[in-house]
Amino acid sequence: MRRSEVLEGFKGGLIIALSSAPFAVLFGTVAVDNGLSVLDAAMMSAFVYAGASQLVGIELFGQHVAPWLVVLSIFAVNFRHILYGAAITRFITQFSPVQKAIAFYLLIDPQFAEVIKRGEAGRPVTFTWYLSFAAIIYVPWVIFSVVGAWFGSMIGDPRVWAIDVLLPIYFLGLVVGFRKRRNFFPVVIVSIAASVAAYHFVGSPWHVSIGAAAGVLLAALLPLPTPPAEIRAEGSPVQ
Amino acid sequence: MNDMGTVWLILAAAAATYLTRVGGYVLITRMRTIPPRLEAALNAVPAAVLTTLFAPAFFNGGLDIKLAMLTALIVSLRYPGLVMLAAGWAAAMGSRHLLGL
Repeated sequence: MRRSEVLEGFKGGLIIALSSAPFAVLFGTVAVDNGLSVLDAAMMSAFVYAGASQLVGIELFGQHVAPWLVVLSIFAVNFRHILYGAAITRFITQFSPVQKAIAFYLLIDPQFAEVIKRGEAGRPVTFTWYLSFAAIIYVPWVIFSVVGAWFGSMIGDPRVWAIDVLLPIYFLGLVVGFRKRRNFFPVVIVSIAASVAAYHFVGSPWHVSIGAAAGVLLAALLPLPTPPAEIRAEGSPVQ
Repeated sequence: MNDMGTVWLILAAAAATYLTRVGGYVLITRMRTIPPRLEAALNAVPAAVLTTLFAPAFFNGGLDIKLAMLTALIVSLRYPGLVMLAAGWAAAMGSRHLLGL
C-alpha cells in the first residue's frame, strides 16, 4: 500500500462522490416513493451500485412491471459494462483473481473513465489506487442513498431544486472529456440520433442499448487509420 | 409484491449487473489479440454510451433543460466537472425561478 496512491485515489474519487451525492439522495427519495423500504434502498445501492440503472429499476418497480422485465431493463442499461470490462482488462492484468473480482464489482462509468485515462497516459493502474478511488465513491453512495430515503419527503419536488438536470449534465460533461478521440464526432452524432429515435419509437430504457450499439457499430465500420500503432496514441483523451 | 420478493428482485438485479461487469473480461481473455476493428469499436464505447444518457433529456426537455445543458456544454470546454455541474445547475435554477421557463 503506497500512501500517495491512496491519497491520489481519494482525491480523484472525491469529485465523483460529491457530484453523485445528489443522485444518491434522489435515488433514495424515489425508491421510498415507489414502495421500497430504507433497507431495500441501501441494499440496492450497495449490491447493484449502478446509478442510472437503479433509477430505471425503481421507476419500473413503481409501475408494477413484471420482476423479470425490471431485471432485464437493468441488464440493458448496464450492458455497456461488458465493453468497459473488455477495455480495462489490458490495464489490470497484474491484479490477482480476487482483486479482479472486486475491481469488476466496482466498475462504474467514472471508474472506467479514470482507468482508461490513467492507463493510456502510461501511469500504473495499481489495485491500491483502484480501490481507493472506488471506496471514496462507494461508501458515500450508499450513505447518501439512505439519507435520501430517510429525508426524501422533505425535498419535495426535485424540479424546484433542479435536481433533475444534474444527471444529464454530468453525463454530457463525461462525453465532452472524450472529444479528442478518433471518430468522436461521427460516433456522438449517430448515438444522439439513434438514442433519440429509439426513445420515441421503442421507449426507455432501450434507447441506451440501441443508441450505444449504433455509435459503436459505426466506429467499427469507419476506415481504420493506416498505421495501426497510432490507434491508441490518437485515442487517448485530453488531460 | 411482498418484502422477500423485493429482496430477491434486488439480488437478481445485482447478479445481472455483475454479469455485465465481469462478462467483458471473460470475453476478451478468451481472444488472443484484439482485432483492429474491435479495438476501434471499444475506443468508441464511452462516448457512444454516455451520449445516450443525456441526448433524450436534451431533446425532450423544455427550454430550461436545453439552456442548462448548453451552458454546461460551453463551460465544460474549459473548466472541470464540478464547475460545469454548478454552472448548469445555476442556469436551470435561473431559468426556472427567474425566467419562469
